[in-house]
Amino acid sequence: MSRITLAHGGGGRASRHLIEHEIAHRFASGPLEGLPDAATLSAPCTGLVFSTDSFVVQPLEFPGGNIGHLAVHGTVNDVAVAGGRPLWLSLGLILEEGLPLELLRRVLDAVAAAARACDVQIVTGDTKVVPRGQCDGMYLNTAGVGAVLPTLALDRRRLAVGDRVLVSGTLGDHGMAVMCAREGFELANAPRSDTGPVHRLVMAAAACGDGIRFMRDPTRGGLAAVLDEIVDGLAVGVRLDEGHLPFSAPARAVAELLGVDLLHVASEGRVMAVCSPEVAPEVLHAWRALPEGHGAMDVGEVVAEPASVTLATLAGGRRIVDVPLGELLPRIC
Amino acid sequence: MRLIDGFRQPRAAAALTAELAELGTALGARQVKLMEVCGSHTMAIARHGLKDLLPPNVRLVSGPGCPVCVTDPGYVDAALAIAERGAAVATFGDMLRVPGSRGSLADARADGADVRVFYSPVQVLDWAAADRGRPWVVLAVGFETTAAPLAALALEIRRRGCDNVTLLTATKTVPPALDALVTDPALSIDGFLCPAHVSAIIGARAYLPYAEEHGRACVVAGFEPLDVLDGVRALLTQLLRGEPRVDNRYERVVRWDGNPAAQRAIARVFRTVDAPWRGLGVIPGSGLALADDLSDLDASLRFELPVTPGRVNPACRCGDVLKGVIDPEGCRLFGAPCTPDRPFGPCMVSSEGSCAAAWRYRRSTQ
Repeated sequence: MSRITLAHGGGGRASRHLIEHEIAHRFASGPLEGLPDAATLSAPCTGLVFSTDSFVVQPLEFPGGNIGHLAVHGTVNDVAVAGGRPLWLSLGLILEEGLPLELLRRVLDAVAAAARACDVQIVTGDTKVVPRGQCDGMYLNTAGVGAVLPTLALDRRRLAVGDRVLVSGTLGDHGMAVMCAREGFELANAPRSDTGPVHRLVMAAAACGDGIRFMRDPTRGGLAAVLDEIVDGLAVGVRLDEGHLPFSAPARAVAELLGVDLLHVASEGRVMAVCSPEVAPEVLHAWRALPEGHGAMDVGEVVAEPASVTLATLAGGRRIVDVPLGELLPRIC
Repeated sequence: MRLIDGFRQPRAAAALTAELAELGTALGARQVKLMEVCGSHTMAIARHGLKDLLPPNVRLVSGPGCPVCVTDPGYVDAALAIAERGAAVATFGDMLRVPGSRGSLADARADGADVRVFYSPVQVLDWAAADRGRPWVVLAVGFETTAAPLAALALEIRRRGCDNVTLLTATKTVPPALDALVTDPALSIDGFLCPAHVSAIIGARAYLPYAEEHGRACVVAGFEPLDVLDGVRALLTQLLRGEPRVDNRYERVVRWDGNPAAQRAIARVFRTVDAPWRGLGVIPGSGLALADDLSDLDASLRFELPVTPGRVNPACRCGDVLKGVIDPEGCRLFGAPCTPDRPFGPCMVSSEGSCAAAWRYRRSTQ
């Protein structure tokens, strides 16, 4: 057996073999043992954070990771930035007939390794196989549950003039890595995805108390889209400082070449926090002490300009930071 | 990154800005109108907030140098008609959302048409080679910068015998448009910030007539913030001295005589024709059609589908924007109802369009 066949989704012996020998054993025991229809769990707290996300990235593997890493980090990060400590994940797999088994194994290994690194358990799951042509290799879905961190009171309406905007590292590496891999650009120093967990960064920030106003992970649409959503309808805005925005050299090189604004491009292992100026140095210090936060920067401040996001450019001018329209398109010249 | 960071240094920008202020003062009561011809300059100026740094009596207006913006809607209509006949249509991304008389290529794609976006036109040869049973049509839109790779594509189609690939040409050249601008008595442009990439092909020499015969200051400048500020400084210096000339400030890329190999390829593959420019009308000798011995690669002949003028909303003032008569904000449609989500003209959707630049980067900083 080297490829997924429709028999693997038929519910018979082949299905059972796939689930038991290829999938379930990778995720240790615990609630998955005996493969019940649903996980029975005991919550260690009263407040829960619950989120779900689906993953359809192409190509399935790219420099810096694969769809399996993304499926764990995406949901873990959504739970974390909502103020939760991630505990459990579900894992749904939709596989296309003909998918190489070796590729599935690499993805599942990535799911298992990422879950271990995030200290979350895969507690339930589902596998479907669809006929060739009905999905693009594989789609994943994860749902995640976390325990509410009591010290965080995240609410964008608490933004105040003078607050600082922090990011935990370089922006846009994931999106540029996937774009290069998808288009087959052969580059000597290609961008690598930053896919990774941010929950430790969130917890480090949480330790700084209620000076933390709001946090988000800048995924699709990049930092620009996140900031635009945050200031929507508020009496305050954000002014970014171009000189302090962290970008990796490979991502910048590709973005300049293609005419892409890295503020529009997704990261998958970064977090953005707005915090009071008093706690900002403390948060930066705590983030930079973690490997995933060593590139953290203070990139801007909250200003008294209603619902606006602007950039103070290196050249000394000002401009709007617009929201990306949709897909990122290559230009003529 | 040396060629990027080196041209964005804040201290150098501040020094240039101070010099521009002095030049502005030296101009006294004189109001100066400079045109950046090229859409990439328009975008760079907006993206780096450079208009904030100019003296109050110096105005930068955008020119017709965005190839997508000057493409007639009839061209998009022809591309859509070709897609409806079952051909795969391959295009630069900029064209995707440009409205024709009845919708855009993006609309057609959503309705099931096969519309592909390429980064380099030669990618299409591989796609078409793997799909020989079907016609593939390349949307050949662009100025000299793009005409050169399109010429290479046409020659490669012939060399490889890819008989299922044709080109729908709306390729144009910049100098005839500048001729139209300098001879229009209603426009009073003191100097041109000449295009960077186009000049790499045609050479700085191409602008001599505008300086020598028409008395306009001409400076070839790059796209980085310091390039643009330095270009404006050079233009103001020429105006103050009263000595219009062609000053090539982008010597790291542009040569006086341009790129002879690219010029030869363009001359081999294309012939000059009169061409319609959206908003500007027909400009004599400004279009590039396939040479007679390559006419079998012409999609409009292959599909027997002549490109005819399309319908333009009469309230859309793209023409006045492209000639620098008004700023985008001066158009009644700007911002409401015309936005990048619901564009009335290509200037609002092209990545180099003046209206798009104004909408993306300036709308609330005004």
